[in-house]
Amino acid sequence: MSVRHGLMALLAERPMHGYQLRQEFESRTGGTWPLNVGQVYTTLQRLVRDGLVTPVPQGDAGADEVAADDAGTVEYQLTDAGRTEADAWWTTPVRRGAPARDELAIKLALAVTVPGVDVRAVVQLQRTETMRGLHDYTRLRSATQVDGPAELAFSLVLDNLVFQAEAEMRWLDHVEARLARAAHARRTTPADGATTATPSDTTAAPTRTTGDTTAGGLR
Amino acid sequence: MTTPVLSLRAVTRTHGAGENAVHALDGVDLDVRAGELVAVMGPSGSGKSTLLNIAGGLDTADAGVVEIAGTPMSGLGPKQRAALRRREIGYVFQDFNLVPALTAAENVALPLELDGVSARRARKAALVALGEVEIPELADRFPDDMSGGQRQRVAIARALVGRRSLVLADEPTGALDSVTGEAVMGVLRARVDAGAAGLLVTHEPRFAAWADRTIFLRDGVVVDGTGRRADAESLLAASPRGGTA
Repeated sequence: MSVRHGLMALLAERPMHGYQLRQEFESRTGGTWPLNVGQVYTTLQRLVRDGLVTPVPQGDAGADEVAADDAGTVEYQLTDAGRTEADAWWTTPVRRGAPARDELAIKLALAVTVPGVDVRAVVQLQRTETMRGLHDYTRLRSATQVDGPAELAFSLVLDNLVFQAEAEMRWLDHVEARLARAAHARRTTPADGATTATPSDTTAAPTRTTGDTTAGGLR
Repeated sequence: MTTPVLSLRAVTRTHGAGENAVHALDGVDLDVRAGELVAVMGPSGSGKSTLLNIAGGLDTADAGVVEIAGTPMSGLGPKQRAALRRREIGYVFQDFNLVPALTAAENVALPLELDGVSARRARKAALVALGEVEIPELADRFPDDMSGGQRQRVAIARALVGRRSLVLADEPTGALDSVTGEAVMGVLRARVDAGAAGLLVTHEPRFAAWADRTIFLRDGVVVDGTGRRADAESLLAASPRGGTA
């Protein structure tokens, strides 16, 4: 999650104090990803170091070399370079190259390979938990009156969590279906190797095919 | 605790016999009370449709007890059963199933008229029901002149017109885009909150999450969080809103 770009996007609107930045960031994302003050100031310091952000010169002292200790009273603004980078954020897709480490994916990959693990139980346990989360998000969302941009933003963030949870549920269904097919293939393949592929939209049918390619991957 | 509107005890339904017997449902216990929406999820062939058909009196259990509003279905003859179905149960289908030659109000009034209610009173009730699903202005519109979301609202109004207490929804959002589907779920939820009991079959977790609880079917068996057969106690306890069984 790019706190850096989030703060720059906010500073593109108007100069702000560190605490304002934190407040705005949280209110616009519905408090879903709380920031601590330290994170905000560390990020601001890096942005200043990189020449993207600069403290707003203060009228009386004329001091633009503001020290960190009175950072709370200092407003920050984007430099020209900062504005260019903030604009570029909107026109650049979020990179999805390297998958984030996902505990569930890792757990299931290991569950399938470590002997003696009841994979179906792992799947069902997770399904129940993910569904519980989905219920919570949905309840929160239907309780959110969308009557302004801030509420709309929050409900869209909740939608994102809802869709992620749903994707996880679908993936779990898929895992279970493939495990069932793989198990069936193991039971039936050695006999005569007959392969009569049939369409597959059930996991339960005991008359499963033997020749499907999905089986091998899970053996 | 109030009497469940829908109650299933040890309900079993088997198709075929002997070697080829398939247990579409195998000892299912389930209660749905007024004001409660229960979602049923499970892969194709897990028994979801059979469960809905048995709950709606369209199919009969081989063993076990099905009660609608406290009346055991097994004690009824075909005529009485049809009457109970008409008076207590409404259906919502994926493809709406509205009569194209009838207006929205006429579609909604139809089940009441079939039950012997006068046309005038049926229309009055239909207008109330259309108001409850927030489309009173579409009363005299034909289904062809409505969007999918509007048609499904008409279907929900029809399902719950009069004093019917149980709505059985089979993939009600299946033909709708996600935003419209959500609005329709909101309407269904509101009707349940207003006192109906609802059983919702869906394969979309996002919509199942609108229910008070979700049950998972596997090979005709309701399974708990670990994939084993859920014990009746945990299933029948009224779970708090948002829980899963």
